[in-house]
Amino acid sequence: MSSSKSLRLVAGLLLSAIFLLALGANFVAPYSYAKQFRNAPSAAPSAVHLFGTDALGRDEFSRLLFGTRVSLLLAPAAALLSTFIAGILGGLAAFLGGWWERAILASADLLMALPLLFVLLALRATLPLDVAPLISAMATFLILSLLGWPSSLRVVWAAARNIRESDFLLLARSSGSSPLRVIVRQILPSLSPVLAAQFWVTIPVFILAEATLSMLGLGVMEPLPSWGNLLRGLENPSAFQANPWTIAPLILLIIVVFCFQFILPSRGDLD
Amino acid sequence: MLRRLRVFASLILFAAAACARAQTGGVLHFCLHGEPKTFNPNLVDDEAAENVRYLTGGVLIRLNRQTQVLEPALASSWQVSKDGRKITFQLRKSLYFSDGTPFTSEDVAYTMKSLMDPQLHSPTGDSFRSGEGTVEIQTPTIGTISITFPAPIAGLERLFDQVAIMSAHSPKKEMAVLGPFYVSDYKAGSYVELARNPNYWKHDAQGHALPYLDGIHLDIQRNRDIELLRFERGDLQLINRLDAESYKRLSKENSSAPRNAGTGLDSDFLWFNESPNAPMAESKKSWFRTTEFRRAISAAINRDDISRMVFDGHAKPAYGPISPANHFWFNAAIPAPKYDPQSALKLLGQAGFRFANDELRDKSGNRVEFTLVTNSGNAIREKMASMIQQDLSEIGIKVSVVTLDFPSLLERMTRTFDYDACLLGLVNTDLDPNGQMTVWLSSGENHQWNPSQKTPATPWEAELDKLMHQQATALNDTERKKAFDQAQQIIYEQQPLIYIVNRDVLTAFSPAVHGASPTVLTPPAFWNAEVLQLAASSQQGAER
Repeated sequence: MSSSKSLRLVAGLLLSAIFLLALGANFVAPYSYAKQFRNAPSAAPSAVHLFGTDALGRDEFSRLLFGTRVSLLLAPAAALLSTFIAGILGGLAAFLGGWWERAILASADLLMALPLLFVLLALRATLPLDVAPLISAMATFLILSLLGWPSSLRVVWAAARNIRESDFLLLARSSGSSPLRVIVRQILPSLSPVLAAQFWVTIPVFILAEATLSMLGLGVMEPLPSWGNLLRGLENPSAFQANPWTIAPLILLIIVVFCFQFILPSRGDLD
Repeated sequence: MLRRLRVFASLILFAAAACARAQTGGVLHFCLHGEPKTFNPNLVDDEAAENVRYLTGGVLIRLNRQTQVLEPALASSWQVSKDGRKITFQLRKSLYFSDGTPFTSEDVAYTMKSLMDPQLHSPTGDSFRSGEGTVEIQTPTIGTISITFPAPIAGLERLFDQVAIMSAHSPKKEMAVLGPFYVSDYKAGSYVELARNPNYWKHDAQGHALPYLDGIHLDIQRNRDIELLRFERGDLQLINRLDAESYKRLSKENSSAPRNAGTGLDSDFLWFNESPNAPMAESKKSWFRTTEFRRAISAAINRDDISRMVFDGHAKPAYGPISPANHFWFNAAIPAPKYDPQSALKLLGQAGFRFANDELRDKSGNRVEFTLVTNSGNAIREKMASMIQQDLSEIGIKVSVVTLDFPSLLERMTRTFDYDACLLGLVNTDLDPNGQMTVWLSSGENHQWNPSQKTPATPWEAELDKLMHQQATALNDTERKKAFDQAQQIIYEQQPLIYIVNRDVLTAFSPAVHGASPTVLTPPAFWNAEVLQLAASSQQGAER
């Protein structure tokens, strides 16, 4: 087994373990993520609180498990939607060409040119207030996916253009294959490695985007934890010096981002 | 002989030690947290410009920040007429502006005319606008001035603490000052340099001219973390305001540096949206308009826990609109807030709510739940909201916490009224209740729970209007206090704003600063800048 395949296997196993722990948070977490132990704020790790507690006395380990579930389930879902939009629009732009191509690419460029943070601020402000934290988390990731497809679109469009001009597609068309058959049997299998790569690349981007939004108080609503709002514990250097174990979510985030990168097929694998 | 030598040596050592402790001269370094928008004292409306005005401006009457009593400054005495419209000042003689121009009653007249000029739009002048008509100013002698206002102004003399006298004749215009320092250099975005005013009128008990310092270097620094780091490094010798987290950090490093001036005037509070135009269910509107509901919420909030966990103990449970730090206006008869979930449930029961299976329901069976909004990016308020959320869950109320950027929050508070409850705070720099008129009058824009009413929506708001007008027009402080005490009692009984905590005023001083005596009034750390002194070693350090 090559070293890249071994790395991919380890990354896959590690990610699976983290996913399983997050999915089983209800059973594994010793406490509710919202429960405040007011007699033990900012407590050091102990047998009672494995990773200690935050400033409000909430068990850090439980919050990390539930936060992982939120970030690791919603980020891939958002990445899937974003890649799907990029795949459809990129494919249409490449194969229809002409005004369609120009219009789709221009709208993607326009979206990329918009200051994302202000768009997110405006969109977040228009959401109704009385939504449950989970719905709010889903809305945050939905907004991210609806605004996050243009960069993937450019890659998909470039790949689709190459396919459009390829000999095998010309052969398929000239042999009388229907457009649907061409799409299903020829185009999609050829685009799938690009789409898969875009999917895997986008997941950590969305996780980090949510973390940034939460740092600004715009991401997942309290008391529901996410990696983003857990990382807010690090924004105060003195608090971090006093409670170094608040770094746990950052370590987990780094591990997950690396794992996603290792899982991606390398250029050699694609060839 | 030997004994004489010993005594002589002791005297030399004592003198040397005294010199090491503190000495006249030196430049004090600290930060402004923004760019001063103006050096014209009549146009000041931001904190940075206010700080520069405080350090440079000479006033007729100065409010002593420690005793909270008015003291003569440029005016040796003053008298307010019985009808409360006229104030007459006797000015100190032989005083000079920083550029050597003599100070006379003409300068006061010039300052007041400029202040009251409607074209100038002076925020300081707004406090003096008592009614239709013009302000009449008479200067019978160079040492006497009388100012007559068109209508009585309650607490008139107190307003002169904000009026820095400008020279009518100096070519330097507003840069000629009567305060302890004058602006000697300014680099936009970088610093303001203040130098000692050689013509300052005050002297210490030993007859030495004040101020002791040669100058003050004010760095313009918005980032509080950088300010703290520079203080720790010894580049700065004073921090005017610290948050609880930084205070804790400094306490660990150097227990003598941070200084707690005590409970301040600022308060954090929440309120329910009682606006008739609010787009919310009628059942919710009915809860929010029920006095027992609001009182129950107040009783169910554990303010001691909030103080301990969010402010590291540097805040006190708030009684009401006036903090106990406000010696004169605080109504001591109001009971201290008490955390009592059982009494909260009892009050809710009286209002027809039912608590069963850990859920609170109203008469119609609706689950009691609401959204609490606060401004995003404010970690302290977010923590407070989370704690309130848990406290209210104990009495079966489901609270969703939502943070919004400030413009969106303001839009909901003032235009769309699309929110349930809001958690915010008030920075209070004024001791006088007149500063809160727009909050308590039902017609006021800042009457947050139901702003800009044409007629008072409830009998108690009508009563509150009456009392606030009474206290604003009564001509002696005893009558004013009586009316405002009653107003505070109504606010306590009705809880339109549910006060949570009053934050402590936290400051920090380098051990090199002598004479520091922080207070809860602004500016807390340098209110007595004229008597602050620096140790010699610190002066060298700062110069480095």
